[in-house]
Amino acid sequence: MLKGRAFKFGNNISTDHIIPGRYAYLRSNLPELAKHVMEDADPDFAAKVTKGDFIVGGSNFGLGSSREHAPLVIKMAGVNAILAKSVARIFFRNAINLGLPVLICDTDGIDDGDKLEVDMAGGTIYDKTSGQKFSFSCLPEIMLDILNKGGLVPYIQKYGDFRL
Amino acid sequence: MGKTLAEKILSKKSGGDARAGDIVIARVDLAFAQDTTGPLTIRQFQSGNFKRLANPKITALFFDHAAPSPNRELANDHQLMRRFAKEAGCLIYDVGSGVCHQLVAESLAKPWDVIVGADSHTVTAGALGAFATGMGSSDVAVVFALGKTWFRVPETIKILVSGELPPGVMAKDLVLQLIGSIGADGATYQALEFGGEGLTNLKLSDRLTVANMAVEAGAKVGLFPSDRITKEYLNRQKRGEDFQPLTADYDASYQRTINISLAALEPTVAQPHQVDNTALARELKGTRIDQVFIGTCTNGRLEDIAAAAQILKGRKRHPRTRLIVAPASAQVLLDAIGAGYIRSLVEAGAVIMPPGCAACLGLHQGVLAAGESCLSTANRNFKGRMGSPKAFIYLGSPATAAATAITGEITDPREVL
Repeated sequence: MLKGRAFKFGNNISTDHIIPGRYAYLRSNLPELAKHVMEDADPDFAAKVTKGDFIVGGSNFGLGSSREHAPLVIKMAGVNAILAKSVARIFFRNAINLGLPVLICDTDGIDDGDKLEVDMAGGTIYDKTSGQKFSFSCLPEIMLDILNKGGLVPYIQKYGDFRL
Repeated sequence: MGKTLAEKILSKKSGGDARAGDIVIARVDLAFAQDTTGPLTIRQFQSGNFKRLANPKITALFFDHAAPSPNRELANDHQLMRRFAKEAGCLIYDVGSGVCHQLVAESLAKPWDVIVGADSHTVTAGALGAFATGMGSSDVAVVFALGKTWFRVPETIKILVSGELPPGVMAKDLVLQLIGSIGADGATYQALEFGGEGLTNLKLSDRLTVANMAVEAGAKVGLFPSDRITKEYLNRQKRGEDFQPLTADYDASYQRTINISLAALEPTVAQPHQVDNTALARELKGTRIDQVFIGTCTNGRLEDIAAAAQILKGRKRHPRTRLIVAPASAQVLLDAIGAGYIRSLVEAGAVIMPPGCAACLGLHQGVLAAGESCLSTANRNFKGRMGSPKAFIYLGSPATAAATAITGEITDPREVL
């Protein structure tokens, strides 16, 4: 069971909101880069987020660049999982490839600051603050397998190849 | 039941019958990274202890996003990439070669290819009939090592184009109009496939512009058939042997079909801070612009620079409006010099940047200050992309950009033709 607080964002949160291109010079200095996580969506996010929290988006979360640094700095901030109505495809693969869960669900009922409990195996989200329960759609098997191995590189190290 | 372009290519490369919704493992014909995603790709490759590349001849590293390096940190990243390329023996396109997607189109992509790049605009090569898509560093690192990857075969939206573009209207207006109508997530997880009799009126440079922006509607690929225009382009690039025809089956199944009449299009602009926030250029008249930027993988080709130079020849940029031009490749730069376009642009007050991404992503060569507005021919206008998060980015065609540079405010190019 994952437990944490919701940080709510709107629709179309781009990879430039998550980690702006102007910080590309910090991409080989991840601890410094991570200080700018979500900066153009909420300049105070890096200071407020604590280990185990959730990012809750609307539709088309993570659109834009292929930079894997976007899910990477979110993971480094200690975020447990990203919940969104829909996620842009490159960001989706990148997050799973780093072992960061992305849960597709209706996020309209979740408010900023709500306390959430996520049952990964059961596919349910319980919003303790509002008392509501939500379910999330399951990942394709190959993505679930990659996620469960902790990411793509450990997955390939284990199997030596893709497995369908 | 027939197949879409995406289903045909993925069937061939996976050795099976690939249908929309299937998960397949496909052989990859080209894998690459650029200088802002390459270092993480190399580190993921090393962390997997992969030792050697599956095939150095289909593996490429490009130096374009911050080229030449504007600071120490990025210089170190470049050094890491050069060392890796030397040890691994892969292809390397160093500073001054141009934007990765333009170089892939000029020299590497072929119809029927599967191409993956650690850059979202890898979709550009769809113009040549290649299933080309952007991925992150981990995915590309694994392709470097294994020469294959997995895909979910996408459903396809068919875009049927008819007629011909009117004077002053460019392929950029077509794709901005399309994204404005279907939305920034209108094609997420899906393929865009272009067809219709109007395709014969879209040059390969036009097709590259359109395919390039498929990702701005969320699409996995933006695919064109491989036809006479593809063949002529490959011949001009002295790669005639790379040509193979590719067409979708007449009875392929599409998620939906959208009809676009090229003749009905008008100069179109995407307003801050989303690509699907479109308006007609004439509706934005009076919007003051501090900087005009012409270039990028979207609109830095010879035909784009020609369109801008023809409008700017013998005229001057507005004194308050900076004009930055970056050819997409060394070949484009040389051809533009040969044709006299660079002279016309410099005489009009332009500053010419080296071939590369230049101002597109806020790293160098035209970074915006708070409160400034830019009219750019690039593909993205997200908040903060070109520098200050308090700057405003408008996207338009090279013709709209040139007209705007003259008047200092967003201008329909038909007013100055």
